[in-house]
Amino acid sequence: MIHSLFLVNASGDIFLEKHWKSVVSRSVCDYFFEALERATEPENVPPVISTPHHYLINVLRHRIYFVAVIQSEVPPLFVIEFLHRVVDTFQDYFGVCTEAAIKDNVVVVYELLEEMLDNGFPLATESNILKELIKPPTILRTVVNTITGSTNVGEQLPTGQLSVVPWRRTGVKYTNNEAYFDVIEEIDAIIDKSGSTITAEIQGVIDACVKLTGMPDLTLSFMNPRLLDDVSFHPCVRFKRWEAERILSFIPPDGNFRLLSYHVSSQNLVAIPVYVKHNISFREGSSQGRFELTLGPKQTMGKAVESVLVSSQLPRGVLNANLNPSQGTYTFDPVTKLLSWDVGKINPQKLPSLKGSMSLQAGASKPDENPTINIQLKIQQLAISGLKVNRLDMYGEKYKPFKGIKYMTKAGKFQVRT
Amino acid sequence: MTDSKYFTTTKKGEIFELKAELNSDKKEKKKEAVKKVIASMTVGKDVSALFPDVVNCMQTDNLELKKLVYLYLMNYAKSQPDMAIMAVNTFVKDCEDPNPLIRALAVRTMGCIRVDKITEYLCEPLRKCLKDEDPYVRKTAAVCVAKLHDINAQLVEDQGFLDTLKDLISDSNPMVVANAVAALSEIAESHPNSNLLDLNPQTINKLLTALNECTEWGQIFILDCLANYMPRDDRESQSICERVTPRLSHANSAVVLSAVKVLMKFMEMLPKDLDYYGTLLKKLAPPLVTLLSAEPELQYVALRNINLIVQKRPEILKHEMKVFFVKYNDPIYVKLEKLDIMIRLASQANIAQVLAELKEYATEVDVDFVRKAVRAIGRCAIKVEQSAERCVSTLLDLIQTKVNYVVQEAIVVIKDIFRKYPNKYESVIATLCENLDSLDEPEARAAMIWIVGEYAERIDNADELLESFLEGFHDESTQVQLQLLTAIVKLFLKKPTETQELVQQVLSLATQDSDNPDLRDRGYIYWRLLSTDPVAAKEVVLAEKPLISEETDLIEPTLLEELICHIGTLASVYHKPPSAFVEGSRGVQHKRIPARAGSGESAESSDVGQSGPSEAPPAVIPSQGDLLGDLLNLDLAPPTATVPSVQPSMQMGAMDLLGGGLDSLMGDDSDTLGGDIGGSPSMGAGLGAAPAAMPASLGAAPAVGGGLGDLFDLGGGVGMPTGSYVAPKTVWLLAMKGKGLEISGTFARRGGIIQMDLTLTNKAMSVMTDFAIQFNRNSFGLAPAGPLQVLTPLSPNQTIDVSLPLSTSGPVMKMEPLNNLQVAVKNNIDVFYFSCQYPLSLLFVEDGKMDRQVFLATWKDIPNENEAHFQIKDIHLNSDVASNKLQGSNIFTIAKRTVEGQDMLYQSVKLTNGIWVLAEMRIQTGNPNYTLSIRCRAPEVCQFVYLCYELVLKN
Repeated sequence: MIHSLFLVNASGDIFLEKHWKSVVSRSVCDYFFEALERATEPENVPPVISTPHHYLINVLRHRIYFVAVIQSEVPPLFVIEFLHRVVDTFQDYFGVCTEAAIKDNVVVVYELLEEMLDNGFPLATESNILKELIKPPTILRTVVNTITGSTNVGEQLPTGQLSVVPWRRTGVKYTNNEAYFDVIEEIDAIIDKSGSTITAEIQGVIDACVKLTGMPDLTLSFMNPRLLDDVSFHPCVRFKRWEAERILSFIPPDGNFRLLSYHVSSQNLVAIPVYVKHNISFREGSSQGRFELTLGPKQTMGKAVESVLVSSQLPRGVLNANLNPSQGTYTFDPVTKLLSWDVGKINPQKLPSLKGSMSLQAGASKPDENPTINIQLKIQQLAISGLKVNRLDMYGEKYKPFKGIKYMTKAGKFQVRT
Repeated sequence: MTDSKYFTTTKKGEIFELKAELNSDKKEKKKEAVKKVIASMTVGKDVSALFPDVVNCMQTDNLELKKLVYLYLMNYAKSQPDMAIMAVNTFVKDCEDPNPLIRALAVRTMGCIRVDKITEYLCEPLRKCLKDEDPYVRKTAAVCVAKLHDINAQLVEDQGFLDTLKDLISDSNPMVVANAVAALSEIAESHPNSNLLDLNPQTINKLLTALNECTEWGQIFILDCLANYMPRDDRESQSICERVTPRLSHANSAVVLSAVKVLMKFMEMLPKDLDYYGTLLKKLAPPLVTLLSAEPELQYVALRNINLIVQKRPEILKHEMKVFFVKYNDPIYVKLEKLDIMIRLASQANIAQVLAELKEYATEVDVDFVRKAVRAIGRCAIKVEQSAERCVSTLLDLIQTKVNYVVQEAIVVIKDIFRKYPNKYESVIATLCENLDSLDEPEARAAMIWIVGEYAERIDNADELLESFLEGFHDESTQVQLQLLTAIVKLFLKKPTETQELVQQVLSLATQDSDNPDLRDRGYIYWRLLSTDPVAAKEVVLAEKPLISEETDLIEPTLLEELICHIGTLASVYHKPPSAFVEGSRGVQHKRIPARAGSGESAESSDVGQSGPSEAPPAVIPSQGDLLGDLLNLDLAPPTATVPSVQPSMQMGAMDLLGGGLDSLMGDDSDTLGGDIGGSPSMGAGLGAAPAAMPASLGAAPAVGGGLGDLFDLGGGVGMPTGSYVAPKTVWLLAMKGKGLEISGTFARRGGIIQMDLTLTNKAMSVMTDFAIQFNRNSFGLAPAGPLQVLTPLSPNQTIDVSLPLSTSGPVMKMEPLNNLQVAVKNNIDVFYFSCQYPLSLLFVEDGKMDRQVFLATWKDIPNENEAHFQIKDIHLNSDVASNKLQGSNIFTIAKRTVEGQDMLYQSVKLTNGIWVLAEMRIQTGNPNYTLSIRCRAPEVCQFVYLCYELVLKN
């Protein structure tokens, strides 16, 4: 199981270590540093590194490497999932997960890590349970604690720890009872030179924020549940009911949680919201290159495309770019060669464009690589797969909750090849 | 107020100050001080000097303070064991606390203090906590057993904690069950042979129930445990699958992958025509695809596993090619894995898409990735025959880009395509030749030279091209030099008139001016061939080459099966069996896929994987360290002393010489050229031709040994009673342990000559050569009387039968058991060790008939204590038939007496080392059970002689 954890910052210093079994010398991280040196980019460090006596499994989050040390055969996904949970917990507790935040709260961090893992076995990873065991630091609580001498460690066994609904604590009380659901879809797509779609898929999630008193039992049904044939549920969802009736039935955790994530990969169901016309060309022997880019809406179901951001890694040979945007602003970083254009909203009547020239190093040959264009965008009030919630009902409690559902489509890894 | 202030105390006397604060009367001050201590500890500062002061703070009703002190204790107890004892009382007291949180905390912390003295005090509280009324305490205690086992395994066994832990599998609380399973699995890992997790249908049922209710982590433990179970039949297998499939929709990817493992393993047992089988296949694809939209590090692990799944069951993901298309901002480790899987999924249906993608990748920025993409095009050409033409034209397009590394990589793969489809795409040679000057990598240069040499007759200026390479001969790498040598010899054989000078130049460069023995040897071989027999040279050098195999990088089937059983583990990420690399999992049991009911094919494969309990399992010698020096020192040449007289030693010498020479040639080919590059096929063919050309000299040895044996055998069949019994062959070396080499064998005594009959099967993907065998010292001095006669290379899936004559003049050392024989077999891949047991009848000599008088005297002479009695049951033979049968195995009947309906046979046996064994066998008419009394001066052999009797009489 998980032996030890080292936290390494961007400059390659270990700033925290925690051991759950015997102490492993931090020199074991030398193997990790070797791999770090070899990697061209920080994110190119291989996730699993073998050393003569240990295995190092690492994830990079918020510019911190979380390096877990294991000694025996342990499923790597188990370790990675656990590390993700650690990151989420830190973020949950301290608002941000940075070196400074961790150092500021080092004792809480230590208490948390001790609570999350026992002898390498996960103990309590649900944020509900953890928060009952160790109260998150707030300014008010710190002040109160200093005056009264009370602690931020819970004295009682968390109620959720062993119940059948470990994700929910008992005795929840709210004056305003509300349940909000966000259906968020991200389109991943690769579009080729000619504008045809090579692959396109939708990663969807339903995130919920439920603040309801007592032990509510919710059911959520969809207008078109057939869309969802590849789904992962929060443990609270009753799988049998879904299998039989295609209805989500669950006792929700308290607060924010991800109810469900799904995947739509069938090509004809994935609408492509924008198209790109581009002409990026270099002539042999000339030190100039042309750059032309026009964006337009494609399948948007009549909704506006907003917050559009276009970025592209131009070839290494490009010295500078002199471009003229019809709207928004652009920047070009001559060191990283990253061009980014903040377009804003697409107006179908007046399509945004970015045109101009690029200058190459004098005498340099025509660049070999074709830049890829990366697009980010948002469409409010639309789930592009067409998924729609039919109704939300609550059982088990008497009050009338306030309900809300919001849809949003974003571009995930949306790439256009040139 | 943040904790970062704890880091700023760097002034002198810091420890002293902390000490004062720790002993303060104010609670708050104490707590702050402990926090400072912990903060120093986390950054690696040594605060062990404060041990007694911190421990003093332990007795408190403030839970946070208590927890902080515990944290400190766990870190420093080991360095201060005597002080740690001070803490024991508090722990024991806390284990009785009414608050379950405190009870659990105490037992949990105690287990983390890795001090022997403390463990003794831990036992009683732990025993109580394992039976605690609160499940939270029980589940914590379960983990504590694993901790304690890590510190003192014997103690855990003596205290009976393992049984308590096993009982917890039936606990009413799913979390307790999951933790018990996790603890048992961890303990089992260090005790590979213990039957800790004895799974039966009842426990499986409990696990499946707990699976639905426990936490995600618990689900992983339970699923991994389920994967070790072997269902009794396909119905049970199906019901387990049905109950596991909902886990595929879990949000935790580790749960998903563990569920995939269970399903992949158990679906092997389902009949393929079952509807459910198809449903299951369909259900497996979406979760695997979903894993690929997760974070890159999860993707990487998923991709490594999908690589295995695709090899085992390509049908699952055959329609999902597109999800493996590379995004330009994927990390490089994800890109390379995706590429690999794309090639595995490539088929005629999707090849157009794949090629378009690969071509796109060839214009990316990352050089390593571009190279791999170009190679992938070549692999597609070799894999999907119908698309070869398309691939070649794609490669030509890429060559036109003139990007240096793309061109070089393309030329290397085009050479492979030529080897797969000879005489088909030679039209592209002209284009390749244009790029000759831009090649600066040895592999690309070697590939180009191979192409020029191979197609010399179609390239007008082949001699000029090769000559241009020759100018800088000494600066080239060995790979290029060897290739150039072969290519010029080929050219000479094809166009002898114009190139005489060139070939002489290269031969002299290779033989006179080079320090490289490989190059020199190859040069001399060519030189001699060309000068003595040009026709033979042509046959050897220009021989038809074997086509290269479709996929050289597939994982061997036996390894693949094992890896499928380890989906989701480190083994699956490294594609190596767990025994190969994980420390601490000494002697991991090999897992195997269950056999499908009533299917012949898999029944056979399971036979191979399983060392059945009925037959004596071939004990593979665990590590080289255990072996004696002489076994390690494996030398091809047999010691001359053991050469039997039937083989003239002259001939042996000659053979040795040739063998050695050929060996070194073979060696350099495979070493420097990696087996699939130009020179090796021609050399391989050359070697293949050699035995055909010289059967008289090379093939003589087996003919002599085997022939003589046959003759004797024939004689035996005519004049003597039936020959000795030969047991059927059993598997001695599993393909899994032998890197693809499987050895089965038996022993026989034919006409006074002891023979070891071996069947060698090559289950690997590559050709095996250079076989040799040696024995460790053994009880009767058995040793090979000649070399192992495997002269032709053993190609994949080929099987060969070999008889190895044995002598008994080898070095002697008593073995346990007496008839144990440790064998080392070497081939070009590695040296393998196994042990087998031979029947003692092998050593019964033909002149073992004792004189009657001597028999009587000897019988009396041997003390009574040395007499052993045995029962041979269920024999339905009369005494005459029995004695005839035994005589075939050189057990001679000297006299027969009949007393009161009881036949008494007196028999003698002589072993090769001169030991006499005397026996009395009583046969009662109508009673199938014989009574055997054996007397021998060396009583330890009696048992084995009895076994021989039984073996002979029952067969």
